[in-house]
Amino acid sequence: MVTFPGSLDDRDAVRAVALAGAEPVPLWHADPDLRGADAVVLPGGFSYGDYLRCGAIARFAPVMGPIMAGAREGLPVLGICNGFQVLCESHLLPGALIRNDVRRFVCRDQRLRIEARTAWTAAYEPGQEVVIPIKNGEGGFVADDRTLDELEAEGRVVARYLGGNPNGSARDIAGIANATGTVVGLMPHPEHAVDPLTGPSADGLGFLTSILTSLVSA
Amino acid sequence: MIDTVERAADTPDEPQPYADLGLAPDEYARIRDILQRRPTAAELAVYSVMWSEHCSYKSSKVHLRQFGEKTPPTGRLLAGIGANAGVVDAGDGWAVTFKVESHNHPSYVEPYQGAATGVGGIVRDILAMGARPVAVLDPLRFGPADAADTARVLPGVVAGIGGYGNCLGLPTVGGEVVFDPSYLGNPLVNALCVGVLRPGDIQRAAATGVGNKVVLFGAKTGRDGIGGVSVLASATFDDARLSKRPSVQVGDPFAEKVLIECCLELYGAGLVAGISDLGGAGLSCALTELASAGDGGMHVDLERVPLREPSMSPEEVLASESQERMCAIVAPERVAEFLAVCERWDVLATVLGEVTATGRLEVDWHGRRIVDVPPRTVAHDGPVYHRPIQRPSDQDALVADTPDRLPRPDDLGALLLRMVASPGLCSRAWVTDQYDRYVQGNTVLAQPEDAGVVRIDEATNRGVAIATDGNGRFTRLDPYAGAQLALAEAYRNVAATGAEPIAVTNCLNFGSPEDPAVMWQFSEAVRGLADGCQQLGTPVTGGNVSFYNQTGATPILPTPVVGVLGVLEDVARRTPMGFGEPGDVVVLLGATGAHFGGSEWAFAEHGHLGGTPPPVDLAAERALALVLRTAPLRSAHDLSDGGLAQALVECCLRRGRGATVAVDGDPFVALFSESTARAVVSVAEDDLDRLAELADEQGVPCLVLGEVTDQPTLTVVDVLSVPLADLRTASESTLPALFD
Repeated sequence: MVTFPGSLDDRDAVRAVALAGAEPVPLWHADPDLRGADAVVLPGGFSYGDYLRCGAIARFAPVMGPIMAGAREGLPVLGICNGFQVLCESHLLPGALIRNDVRRFVCRDQRLRIEARTAWTAAYEPGQEVVIPIKNGEGGFVADDRTLDELEAEGRVVARYLGGNPNGSARDIAGIANATGTVVGLMPHPEHAVDPLTGPSADGLGFLTSILTSLVSA
Repeated sequence: MIDTVERAADTPDEPQPYADLGLAPDEYARIRDILQRRPTAAELAVYSVMWSEHCSYKSSKVHLRQFGEKTPPTGRLLAGIGANAGVVDAGDGWAVTFKVESHNHPSYVEPYQGAATGVGGIVRDILAMGARPVAVLDPLRFGPADAADTARVLPGVVAGIGGYGNCLGLPTVGGEVVFDPSYLGNPLVNALCVGVLRPGDIQRAAATGVGNKVVLFGAKTGRDGIGGVSVLASATFDDARLSKRPSVQVGDPFAEKVLIECCLELYGAGLVAGISDLGGAGLSCALTELASAGDGGMHVDLERVPLREPSMSPEEVLASESQERMCAIVAPERVAEFLAVCERWDVLATVLGEVTATGRLEVDWHGRRIVDVPPRTVAHDGPVYHRPIQRPSDQDALVADTPDRLPRPDDLGALLLRMVASPGLCSRAWVTDQYDRYVQGNTVLAQPEDAGVVRIDEATNRGVAIATDGNGRFTRLDPYAGAQLALAEAYRNVAATGAEPIAVTNCLNFGSPEDPAVMWQFSEAVRGLADGCQQLGTPVTGGNVSFYNQTGATPILPTPVVGVLGVLEDVARRTPMGFGEPGDVVVLLGATGAHFGGSEWAFAEHGHLGGTPPPVDLAAERALALVLRTAPLRSAHDLSDGGLAQALVECCLRRGRGATVAVDGDPFVALFSESTARAVVSVAEDDLDRLAELADEQGVPCLVLGEVTDQPTLTVVDVLSVPLADLRTASESTLPALFD
């Protein structure tokens, strides 16, 4: 679990990781290595204030060196919201996230369809519908048509928005994966849907139990 | 030329622009008397901001005393009025601090930054108490929803609150959005912050320990926010230059987020002996208040303050209201550690001076003394006024003009749809969906629920509930009752979640204190609130007064906004507002009379404001709260604006459940009256007897209305039947149509 200055949902993600039964390893943006972590979560927030493009500065944090190298070797990485933006800025995932088409920050309980089987979504049935909060100002996923076609053809669209596209994302895309399904970027916040007491559902827990299962069976 | 103390003594007759700085002739004379000479330019700057209405409470002080004098006995108050924010014991080794403040005028001038820095300021107040901020609420008031200027102000204010609060990582869990013509040229932007700490970790805003260092940390100091204190900014008092300066502070939420984490680490390591945030009046306020509350002496080398603009004069440095700054008192042997923590967070920290035994605040500028004053005379012994009070000349006519003369509607179904869609009652989702309510992962209930509920301990599930309310129309009709009605509503909202209300904060938004009619409203409202808190057993722990909210000679509706804090031992047992299971019994708790004075119906349908507000019955509120807290409820929702009809609609729409109910007597009165001390609840059929028993014990009328259904319709038998889809469309279309 990486904390950049300005990360906000890092403690929430640590809680979710623990709830899923894993041992959270806190990482600081200035750390030179990953302290033996088996998988990495880049949390939501506004890293370094995000006064430039979102995630554009975090991408150069020291800790991103080993993460980028590891991800290319198969290290599972989940980027949530700001973390998704960092993954795009790092070119671990294609495309980019731009200002919501409604030009407002949007926080709401969002219906999603989980579409791809990845290291982070194995616990879901393909096509399963879930409710997970979104909360972002710059969550509109964009890429050129060829990239979008490729993502669709290769089954790398992890989740799609249902019941209204909240931010103008191309083809209602809420999350995507790399070619091997180990690196996933997600605009919705599964860590805020791990307990019906504090979220709209416990639907988000599957992202974290998925990675545990795939790590244990690997 | 630097106006030193020496020079001031040598040039006693030099004319000084005290009137332009907002000081009265006798106030200026008193400063000369205190110092036994004329003040230097820097001293004049410090006194004038600190003796301003905003900082000194000089018009309100004599009234606000009642909050202390009438404090009900409670073992929960750990820090009260006078601290940056009140602190109450939340049980189980936890303390909670909370406070509401206004940022009205800046938000009118520059809606985005005004609102953003309003959030930033209240968050630093909470932080300065030693607490981790955990939630924000925003009570907002604007002109008519369809006014052109509302379209300018509202979106900016909402985006500013979201932009700052979201980036800070604080969930926004409640607040209000109110429209009334009186706020057109003077919107009210109040912000409330809640923080959590251990009782032993309360920080004090006092400079104690001779030899301890004074450390300024956080953002650099710039010229922003100086226009707010006008000509203070310039030693030469050149108006042309001043007009170019921004008068509203500019916020940097990332800097504040880092400052929060940095402060919490400093507290945790025990490196802080005293601390104050920098808000209104900037360093002038922080230095004099720290010194005044501590050992009384302090020496500061002002040129050490890191500046954004090196050309700033010492008066500007003292008056700057640059955001995201704190001032700490640190033992000399801990300074290195303190600076190291700041360095880790990339927070700039500078030792400015030290605590002394001189009993005076001495400020040097490049070695030359520019301030030499007894700090208490600045921070605590400011002027106190007994302003003239006069009941407004139109008050009798206003009260006599009752809503009895208004035509009653025939078609209550059509009225319901109009009311649900009216700006006063429609869905606030367009606003509140711009706020992050999930961050920190402890939000159990958030708007549109009656109160925000936040878990404060994951191990035990202990949590707090908080709600804010205010009703300017009721307060205009009867300020004593109006303040109590605001209190009663917030109290009821907190109780509806199942929490025990324990403490109160308030933001008193009024017109000019120089208008005797406004002072009458103010004095009556304060008396009402103090008496009400005494009766409910909920002490006022702190708050804020905002005067001069008026356009020309016309003041805003007198608007005391009251925040009530409650405690829940187990947040998993909170009661939500929405109807749950089909077959559950819908029950009205409380008595209904024909109360339409100041009501939403009179205003929305007839533009009418007159008569008297609904009667206050705090004993009934207390009894109702007890029932709400102890009964086995599936849902609970308080009745307020729009009466039973509006509450039923909200209970249905929350989770998409229908309801079929029947009402006795005149259905218009039953559905739209705004009688107080009422709530609509639902219970499983098996629990109905238990509810009736508990209500009977407390003397709370308990009337079975009907049941929750799985039909998508709200039906009032023989009166109306409206599809939920139509109600939802009516409720959710109004604000997007106005502001998208």
